[in-house]
Amino acid sequence: MNLLGKLDWSAIPFNQPIIMGASGGVVVVIVAILAWVTLKGYVPYLWREWITSVDHKRIGVMYIILALIMLLRGFSDAIMMRAQQAVAAGGSQGYLPPEHFDQIFSAHGTIMIFFMAMPFVIGMMNFVVPLQLGVRDMAFPTLNSVALGLTASGILLTNISLAVGEFSKAGWVAYPPLSELQYSPGVGVDYYLWSLQISGVGTLMTGINFVATILKTRAPGMSYMRMPVFCWTSLAANLLIVAAFPVLTATLTMLLLDRYLGFHFFTTDGGGNAMMYVNLFWIWGHPEVYILVLPAFGIFSEVVSTFSGKPLFGYRSMVLATMAICVLSFVVWLHHFFTMGAGANVNGFFGVMTMIIAVPTGVKVFNWLFTMYGGRIRFTVPILWSIGFMVTFVIGGMTGVLMAVPPADFQLHNSLFLIAHFHNVIIGGTVFGLMAGYNYWFPKAFGFMLDERWGRISFWCWLIGFYLAFMPLYALGLMGMTRRMQHYDVASWQPWLIAAALGVVVILAGIVSQIIQLVVSIRDREKLKVTADPWNGRTLEWATASPPPPWNFAVLPQVTGIDALWQKKRRGRTQAEPLKEREFEPIEVPKNSATGFIIAFFAVIAGFAMIWHIWWMAGVGAIGVFLTMLAFAFRDEEEIEIPAERIARFEQANPAEIAV
Amino acid sequence: MTDTRYDSAPGEASDLPDAEEDAPSGMLVYSIGLVLAVGLTAMSFWVANTSLLWVGGISLGLTVLAIAQMGIHLVFFLHVTTGPDNTNNVMALAFGVLIVALVVVGSLVIMADLNDNMMPGAELMNLQMQR
Repeated sequence: MNLLGKLDWSAIPFNQPIIMGASGGVVVVIVAILAWVTLKGYVPYLWREWITSVDHKRIGVMYIILALIMLLRGFSDAIMMRAQQAVAAGGSQGYLPPEHFDQIFSAHGTIMIFFMAMPFVIGMMNFVVPLQLGVRDMAFPTLNSVALGLTASGILLTNISLAVGEFSKAGWVAYPPLSELQYSPGVGVDYYLWSLQISGVGTLMTGINFVATILKTRAPGMSYMRMPVFCWTSLAANLLIVAAFPVLTATLTMLLLDRYLGFHFFTTDGGGNAMMYVNLFWIWGHPEVYILVLPAFGIFSEVVSTFSGKPLFGYRSMVLATMAICVLSFVVWLHHFFTMGAGANVNGFFGVMTMIIAVPTGVKVFNWLFTMYGGRIRFTVPILWSIGFMVTFVIGGMTGVLMAVPPADFQLHNSLFLIAHFHNVIIGGTVFGLMAGYNYWFPKAFGFMLDERWGRISFWCWLIGFYLAFMPLYALGLMGMTRRMQHYDVASWQPWLIAAALGVVVILAGIVSQIIQLVVSIRDREKLKVTADPWNGRTLEWATASPPPPWNFAVLPQVTGIDALWQKKRRGRTQAEPLKEREFEPIEVPKNSATGFIIAFFAVIAGFAMIWHIWWMAGVGAIGVFLTMLAFAFRDEEEIEIPAERIARFEQANPAEIAV
Repeated sequence: MTDTRYDSAPGEASDLPDAEEDAPSGMLVYSIGLVLAVGLTAMSFWVANTSLLWVGGISLGLTVLAIAQMGIHLVFFLHVTTGPDNTNNVMALAFGVLIVALVVVGSLVIMADLNDNMMPGAELMNLQMQR
């Protein structure tokens, strides 16, 4: 028996200059950052204040940092694919061999969905939801930290595959029989499966945590119909996580059993059925779409109402539409495989349901438009992203309704038209929303604004780049070009693909502008410093200091209506008690815990060991995770008390503008 | 439903002491639950092995017993009741049941439809070759 399983030196592709250059560069950067952090003596600070922190704000920020790094990784895959397709026409094979191209499109999809959009959305909810609810932390703070750790573990495993072994070549959906052992004997699919399994458990924990937080812990007086819309959309998204992610975990477990223990769930021999994988995958996959886009809808609702200076139009219809989408998203999944061979009745039913789910989304678009109508709109960066979203997302939604017609889908299925459609809704919906939220809540998180000028530049580059990159793909799809082509013989496609590649360059300029925006803002942070409420906000997160203290609110806010802060503002500032007379009570906050970090450490070991069939090491990892949980369960103290004097001192230094 | 004061997690000490008094004590509830659960378990073993029932009805009987078992667990052990502090739990249960039903029924319908539309095997297609 081999002590290292399938792992040996041949796993590292020394003969591939592109891969070795990229992974070498990544290793150098990581080592440089670690060395810098160690030499500067930041390690104790990072350990104490960030890595072991169970503060929802810190965890949210760390999620978003992870997501932004993964955005760069996924985007570099996108650049490589566009460059390949721009040159690989006619007899040319381009610069990427097929097996490398296959890994790139698989990694691009997996990373962008699971490791960019999901952590970004979850980080945004983590930071904002407890503040908007007017509470001091999540329902289960340590669970939150464990969830972050497991997400990071999945990300780490996916990125290890760059240098050690290979990634999946079966696309981000990994349909069998291609993903079965017979056709994918390498470790690529195993990397895909284990990193998704580990991060999927983390996502499920997040979902449970948020549902408990929103249902059980709200500020006094905040009834369901007084919750900000972002909290509603977060609730819906997390209900979907709780309902859908177990399906993904079970499906991938069945594929793992097929690959590791010779089961026959999805193999053609032995009575399995590969169609069942497709069916189960999309039972998770369609709600996942709404898990990503519903929180973005919530962000737009907050941004549009704040910068129009008006209450959100049709709050109740917004809530109703959100919850309708939450349920309807579970009855449309077959539209992802109309062409798989179902009869006209089944296809017709799911086609109609797909068209119906567009209705609540349309309600939301009209609500945003009516909120802006008659408002005094301030054209800041977040509202630019929101308006860009409304235009772009409506186009993407309409191409989606077009593809919901089964006969049309038979023409468009697996073509670049589909690629253009879902990038149109995911970039135009989720990414634009996350960028709006990033610009909107950044001053709350760090106490200074993001640079306005570079923010505008990045928005226009993203918007123009998006249209340039994806509108040609609609045309190409109608011309018959299928997705995932390493090269093609039709010369007339090439001009369109060159245009698309130029679009990606423009988006790259947008991303570079965002990095410059961050650097410039950090440089000028003294000049850009803000107090609690820089945007004239309406909801409770703007009632506390920027950045908020670990206890969020010195005194829990009393909520009397929707848009809680706005109501207090309108009643006038006279009600704020003079500071000296205010009495503060000591506040208990959850104690920092290394549980999340240690569990993540062992999860990486276990996952890596399973991928390479190193059974003893997998056992070590699993036992390590179990013992860490046991140790956590037997902890003595779970909370520390912050003395009243410290709170009083903080409040003196950061006087609240409005007493809530 | 909207007032969080009534909204306590199962097992949590109640904010409303007077509401607790007329409720049956925890010990009694768990004992009744245990007796019922053990009884249902024993019954399903009996159903599986008995010759008194029609063979085709056994799987149906086991299904009924399993669903009853789930109900016992929910009511006596997980305390999902119709009380005022239980709205969230009942809603969560209803949502869960709805989603599971959609997934199971949907998958069965879809897979059955796929099988119906499957092209028959080669020997069935060549009808003229059959004697």
